[in-house]
Amino acid sequence: MQEFLQQLVNGLTMGSVYALVALGYTMVYGILKLINFAHGELFMLGGFFGLTWLTASAFSGLLKSPLLGLLVLFLLVMAMVAVIGVLLDRVAYKPLRRSPRLTAVVSALGASIFLQNAVMLVFGSGYLVFPDVARDIYWMVGGVKITLMRVIIFLVAVCFMVGLYLLVQKTQLGAAMRAASLDHDTSRLMGIDVDKIIMLVFVIGPALGAAAGLMVGLYYRQINFAMGWTYGIRAFTAAIMGGIGNIPGAMIGGLLLGIIETLGAGYISATWKDAISFAILIFILIWRPTGLLGERVADKV
Amino acid sequence: MPLLQVENLTKTFGGLTAVADVSFTMQRGEILGLIGPNGAGKTTVFNLITGIYRPDRGRIEFNGRNIVGLKPHSIARLGIARTFQTLRLFPTMTVLENVMSGQHCRTKAGVVASLLRTTAQCAEEEKTVAVADRCLDLVRLTEVRNELAENLPYGRQRLLEIARALATAPQLLILDEPASGLNEGESLELRMLIEQIRQSGVTILLIEHDMKVVMGVSDRVIVLENGSVICAGTPAAVQSDQRVIEAYLGKEED
Repeated sequence: MQEFLQQLVNGLTMGSVYALVALGYTMVYGILKLINFAHGELFMLGGFFGLTWLTASAFSGLLKSPLLGLLVLFLLVMAMVAVIGVLLDRVAYKPLRRSPRLTAVVSALGASIFLQNAVMLVFGSGYLVFPDVARDIYWMVGGVKITLMRVIIFLVAVCFMVGLYLLVQKTQLGAAMRAASLDHDTSRLMGIDVDKIIMLVFVIGPALGAAAGLMVGLYYRQINFAMGWTYGIRAFTAAIMGGIGNIPGAMIGGLLLGIIETLGAGYISATWKDAISFAILIFILIWRPTGLLGERVADKV
Repeated sequence: MPLLQVENLTKTFGGLTAVADVSFTMQRGEILGLIGPNGAGKTTVFNLITGIYRPDRGRIEFNGRNIVGLKPHSIARLGIARTFQTLRLFPTMTVLENVMSGQHCRTKAGVVASLLRTTAQCAEEEKTVAVADRCLDLVRLTEVRNELAENLPYGRQRLLEIARALATAPQLLILDEPASGLNEGESLELRMLIEQIRQSGVTILLIEHDMKVVMGVSDRVIVLENGSVICAGTPAAVQSDQRVIEAYLGKEED
C-alpha cells in the first residue's frame, strides 16, 4: 500500500508536467486545428532559460528569499517563452493560415528541428545540471516521502489549470476563445478579433509549457536539448488521450498518463513503461476514438 | 447623411460577375428588402458589406465612413451585424453564451482582469449577461437560456441568431433569409419581431424569399438579377413592375 501511494505521488508529479505541456498542444489544436510540433521545444526552452537565469550571478541574490526568487524566475521564463511562442506563430504558422493543413504541420516540424538545433548550438549537446534550489526538503506522510519540489510542481500545475479552466469557461474572454475555436468567420462577424485570440493562445500555451520545463529542470536537475521531444511526445499522447482540443481532457489525460507510467514502471518493469503507456493509449483510442472527454467539443479552444 | 451608402459595387469570382455596379442608400430607421432569383448576388452583397469579401470596385460608406478594406471584426464594432442564410451558431455553447459572444466587441476584457476578477471586470460581465438576457427576452428565448444551442428546434435557432446579432448593439442589422424554414405561425412572429427591432432604432437590410414577409415589412424593396439592380421602389411598385415579374416568372414568348 505504502509503495502504491509513493508511486501515486510520483505519478501525480509527472502527470502535472505532462498536463501543463498537453494544454499547449490542445489549445493550439482547438483554435487552428494544427498540431504544434514545436511545442515540446518551447517546453525545453523553459528549462534552458530557467537555468540561464539561475546561474546568472545577478539573479542569485534574489534566491536568498527562495519563494520570491522562484516566483520572479517563473514569471521571467514564462514571459520569455511566451514571446518566442508568439514569434513562432508569426514566422512559421501565420503566413500559412490559408494553406492546406499539412503545410502548416510540416512547418511545425521544421520549427521544432530549428529550435532544437539552435539550443544545441548555443548550450551544447550534453546534459546541463541545474543548481540545487530546494535542497532536500521533504516530509514523511504515513511512510510516503513527499518532497517540497513535488508539492510545488503539483500546486503550480493545479493553480495554472484551474486558472485556465475558469478563464475559458467562466469569462467573456473565454467565451470569445471558445467561439473562435468553433467558427472563425462567424466569430469575426460578432466583433471577435480572432487573430488576437490566436495570439493569446500562443502566449498562454508556451507560457504553461515553459513553466513545466522549468519545473522539470528544478526537479530532475538536468536538462538536455532533446528533452522537448521526449516530453513532448508524451504530453501529446496525453492530449490525445483526453481528447485533443479539449482543455479539461488535456489535464485529465496528463495526470492519467503520469500515473499509468509510474505505476507501470514500479510494478511491471521500468523498461516497459513507455510500451505500457502507449498500449493504453491505443486501447483508449479503440474504445473511444475521440479521447476520454472528446465527445463534447464544447470545451475546446 | 444616409446610414449606408453603396456605390458602384462590383465583385467578380473568376470570370463570373456576381455583383455588377450595384448602388443603393439606406436611411436611418428604414427596412430595406433585397430580393431576386437564386444566384442574383444578394448574399454576395451582404458579404461585401460585412467585409468577408473585398469588392473589386465601388465604395461602401457607413455613417459617412468608407468601410471597404476593413476587417470583419472592425466592421462589426462599427455597428453592422448579420445573421446567416444557413445557421452559423456556436452549436456546443449555451444559448446565453452564444448571445454573450455577440457582445465581445463592446467589452474590453483583458486576460489579467478576467482572471483576477477585478471589480470593473465583474461589473462588465454582469452587464454583459444583462444585455444578453434582454436580447433573449426580445426573441422570447429566456426560458431556454442554459440549453445548448444545437438542442434548440430550428425555428428557435433562427431567433437565437437574431438575438446574437442584436447583442453586438448594431445600427444596421442584416438578415439573410430569416424566414427560410419557418412555418406560417413562426414567420408571422418573425415579421412582428422585425418590426419591433426597427422600433428600437435599428435599421434593417433584409434578404428574403418569402414574399409575404419581405413585402409585409419592407419600406422599400430592391430587386437584383444577375448581379445588377433591375428595380427599386415601394413593395407595391416593385410587385407590379414588368421586369421583376419577368425575372421571377420568365419572359412570355409571343
